[in-house]
Amino acid sequence: MSTPQNLFEKVWDAHAVRELANGQTQLLIGTHLIHEVTSPQAFGMLRDAGLPVAMPERTFATVDHIVPTDSRTEPFADKLADTMIQELRKNCKASGITMFDLSSGRQGIVHMVGPEQGITQPGTTLACGDSHTSTHGAFGAVAIGIGTSQVRDVLATQTLAMSRLKVRRIEVTGRLRPGVYAKDVILHIIRLLGVNGGIGFAYEYGGEVFDRMTMEERMTVCNMSIEGGARCGYVNPDETTVAYLEGRPYVPHGEAFEEASRRWLAGASDHGCSYDDVVAIDAEDIAPTVTWGINPGQAIFIDETVPTVETSDDADKASVAEALEHMKLTPGAPIEGTPIDVAFLGSCTNARLSDFAEAAKYLAGHRVAPGITAIAVPGSQLVKAACEEQGIDRVFRAAGFEWREAGCSMCLAMNPDKLVGDQLCASSSNRNFVGRQGSPTGRTVLMSPIMVAAAAVTGSIADARKVFGVGEAAA
Amino acid sequence: MALQRIGEVRGRAVYLPGDDIDTDRIIPARYLKVVTFEGLGEALFHDVRFDETGGAKDHPLNDPRFEGASILISGSNFGCGSSREHAPQAIYRAGFQAVVATSFAEIFFGNSTTLGIPCVTVQDDDLAPLAASVETDPGAELRIDLEAMELHAGGHRFALDMPATARDGLLQGRWDPLSELLEGSTAVATTATRLGYLPQV
Repeated sequence: MSTPQNLFEKVWDAHAVRELANGQTQLLIGTHLIHEVTSPQAFGMLRDAGLPVAMPERTFATVDHIVPTDSRTEPFADKLADTMIQELRKNCKASGITMFDLSSGRQGIVHMVGPEQGITQPGTTLACGDSHTSTHGAFGAVAIGIGTSQVRDVLATQTLAMSRLKVRRIEVTGRLRPGVYAKDVILHIIRLLGVNGGIGFAYEYGGEVFDRMTMEERMTVCNMSIEGGARCGYVNPDETTVAYLEGRPYVPHGEAFEEASRRWLAGASDHGCSYDDVVAIDAEDIAPTVTWGINPGQAIFIDETVPTVETSDDADKASVAEALEHMKLTPGAPIEGTPIDVAFLGSCTNARLSDFAEAAKYLAGHRVAPGITAIAVPGSQLVKAACEEQGIDRVFRAAGFEWREAGCSMCLAMNPDKLVGDQLCASSSNRNFVGRQGSPTGRTVLMSPIMVAAAAVTGSIADARKVFGVGEAAA
Repeated sequence: MALQRIGEVRGRAVYLPGDDIDTDRIIPARYLKVVTFEGLGEALFHDVRFDETGGAKDHPLNDPRFEGASILISGSNFGCGSSREHAPQAIYRAGFQAVVATSFAEIFFGNSTTLGIPCVTVQDDDLAPLAASVETDPGAELRIDLEAMELHAGGHRFALDMPATARDGLLQGRWDPLSELLEGSTAVATTATRLGYLPQV
């Protein structure tokens, strides 16, 4: 009998082409996703070297970072943004790469398009010039974010030079309490293990909590692996994975689907396999979580108080002081009740149908507080259409949210959606870095979509369980 | 594609205090709206160096004592966050040839190595004395020796660390893997065929 292996080892071994002179592995990349920001220079490098795209049928493109979410009239008012979309179109056309363009009805954030189209599949390797590529690990793929020179490498050779990662299994057992969501789980994990705890590791998320999660929830968790320093994170494929994929455009049909399903399920970590590290977390210990600082690990439960420099570990004092200064929060005070200026529901972390549906369930009958700008940005055109078909958009509009077109939007503010001055934003996105949302003095508080909805209607950081009676409703 | 062998970096240094310096801070997203990497050096750390009217803030990179520094020194998890290669490109194009930190985020590390920018780590306990020596004598030349894995600064010697794969790549002039990856095309085709879900070459 062969030695039991975890999923990462199986995928790595299957895709390892050969060992390189420096000891790294030449790893075959099954699927390559590209977008307008990190690919143009890579195509330029290829042209300079006179190299063709090796497997154009294994690269898929969409446009997400720079697209406006209000008016889609082209040319875009922002000439730089317009140049970027034209460049992507030109490069895809010249190389024979499929692009899910604005006119396709299938455009969206690249990490939503792959799963929606069934391009993201279990047991594969996937790369994209974007750190949140870890999202695709929800399907049991080894999915890694890469830089532009590596985008060049994949275009030219369909491979990457990589060093093997260690694997840490993060097991969350028990049941999540009412009002606690996938976003809270991953924020809690990053808080516990640190923003650099995952360096050198792939994270395997396992245990009852992940077993019970939908694919959309698993994507939320895997998406933020990189915020914990892990280049990729994954959930083992199971019947939930197979059911999600069935019938999607790039998934085989009929007998071929049955065969693929069997292969996908067999690719899961073997019983009795080993890990380089195992971390166990009790689901009962997790409460709705929000960030208070300037990295995603600086997080607390909604009913906790903002840390103080004095009570922080010596090693953290400088970063706590820096974070407090930027965030302008009162040390030792409750985070609950902190006034907000903007509520943003969007990004590759939380802009899927279930995110909007869940928020809409509680938002109905409420109004966004006076003076608050609230924007809802579906992650893809398909999500937007589905929300509109189900009337979810009407709930958001009636509550006073702006209902936008699909894109990355205010997660990183490369389009016109930006914070102004030191506005504080309740955000369902993934990064609370200084300046991330477009204003150098802007402030970001990360949270789940339902917490964004609660913040929008109260005008302050709020406990959605209290605002919407979530706990009671579920009890 | 013969590349330069990188065994040593000499130059003056600047110390940028802090942990978890993310790539949004190294280069804000609005500077990513470009189709080449040219000119990115001017955007390096823009929003922490300049206020909203363009006035210079109190920042080590604005301090004339450190002008012309080619070695950047910082804390742990340097380069975390976004995968944007624009970050090391901006560092390189602003005149830096090496980064010293107590640890690096993985994507940033890989991006930098591929550009021939050594990212070396010092022990946590060595960071303060190293920073102090740079502050005390900003004009002193530091020497990063990748053969001996040592950093020489103002009469002090600090042990350096770096994954063997990256070190070997720099020392052997193989830090950009593209030509070696291209040489593997036959083996790539074999692996693709075996996997089944890829185009049969």
